Amino acid sequence: MPADAPPVRPTRSSPPGLLRAAWIVAQKDLAIELRTRSAFLSVVVFAVLGLVIFFFAWDSTAVSALDLAPGVLWVTFTFAGLLGLHRSFGVEVQDRAFDALLVSPVDREAIYLGKAIANLIFVSAVLLVAVPAVALFYNLPLGRSIVGLGSVALLAAIGLVAVGTLFSAMTVNTRMAELLLPMLSLPFFVPIVLTSGQASTRLLAGRPLAEALPWLRILIAFDIVFAVACTVAFSHTLEE
Amino acid sequence: MSGTVPTIEVSGLEKRFGRRVAVAGVDFTLGAAECLALFGPNGAGKTTLLRLIAGLLKPTSGSVRVLGADPRRDPIGRSSVGLISHQSMLYAPLTALENVEFTARLYGLPDPRGAALAALEAIKIGDRASAPVRTLSRGLQQRVSIARATVHGPAVVLLDEPYAGLDEAGASALTSLLQTLRASGAALILVTHNVSEGLALATHAAIMTGGRFARFEQGRDGRPFDAQRYAADYRTLVSRAS
Repeated sequence: MPADAPPVRPTRSSPPGLLRAAWIVAQKDLAIELRTRSAFLSVVVFAVLGLVIFFFAWDSTAVSALDLAPGVLWVTFTFAGLLGLHRSFGVEVQDRAFDALLVSPVDREAIYLGKAIANLIFVSAVLLVAVPAVALFYNLPLGRSIVGLGSVALLAAIGLVAVGTLFSAMTVNTRMAELLLPMLSLPFFVPIVLTSGQASTRLLAGRPLAEALPWLRILIAFDIVFAVACTVAFSHTLEE
Repeated sequence: MSGTVPTIEVSGLEKRFGRRVAVAGVDFTLGAAECLALFGPNGAGKTTLLRLIAGLLKPTSGSVRVLGADPRRDPIGRSSVGLISHQSMLYAPLTALENVEFTARLYGLPDPRGAALAALEAIKIGDRASAPVRTLSRGLQQRVSIARATVHGPAVVLLDEPYAGLDEAGASALTSLLQTLRASGAALILVTHNVSEGLALATHAAIMTGGRFARFEQGRDGRPFDAQRYAADYRTLVSRAS
């Protein structure tokens, strides 16, 4: 080192904490989505088309709307959500923007949480369109059960996003990412579809919330376990 | 930070991808305001070495220290690094300012917008700050990428072919920025195929072949390297290695 070398400039401030950094990442992802709107529109169109196909395949004399609609909603939501999740890390691969994110001093967990927050807002926005669309197609009494159904939708979205964000990161650099993401994620989505379907069937039928609670408890437990596990696992998926 | 801690310390660094050895036992140290020009043919391991120093890759063995910290594990180590690569590492739908400001926020700078604007001005692209990156030419994107990598005033700047795609004005702005960074105490590692361009700023020079430093030397008494002699030596070494 030369004797007259000036001292290295110290870092002028400390990096943001976990939640602050996560929110910065989420804001960036949402800004990209708001700027392009391509993913949201594609996913909403996909969800509505899925509902239309299910509707025309439905024989109302064989299966009642109340029996069929919850299954249709959660299956459509799952596949539409997968489309949105795939895009989550897709924006990072182009021009290797993810490298700049990884070189930054924020924790890997903050990157995962930021991506998950943005995905949750994205998926919730899709649900805001999909749930009324299902109610419209199947003439469901949404008014009475709107709060309960909203809670189920939020819990289902958290579970889907927790798992899907992790697998999106794992698969994004593979050649078959579009196929691998659903192959890895769908088995983990089974508990979400099962519990959400059971809970919403009861709520739409006008049953008391207490009847849906056991299913909601399972869904809450799933969300907690997978949100924690996927946050911890995320940094390991980044090892080459 | 003690004045005796090297800015970059690489010891016994090795990286294997399966059976392929990309970097094989590289050792060197670089102090404040020093610049290593790194040359080598394609596939010599230069980019892998930079990615190891940036903390993007896990070494198979050996260690990297930036201001005494491991950049892979220590956020302080990473906060001292700025990386410029072939790829712009930018988000195409966002504007130049939004991209650089995003980085400034990740580094916790007190005035991210002000810092981003200053970084764009420093590389002479302030007038295109509000243009979406996708609408900029390759050279202008590279300038935004340079602003992104230097907005936090890094102590270590890793540059992988930074002059690629830059026009004369951009190249001149980059050279001026690198001189300013060095004057402020930053250590630079510059990977390039252009020997005279690389040696212009260098205090150290190395030639890498087959993952190793085939040659590493320090400039004497602050005198510049003899680019012509070095280019001839480089060609000889590379042809011998291949």
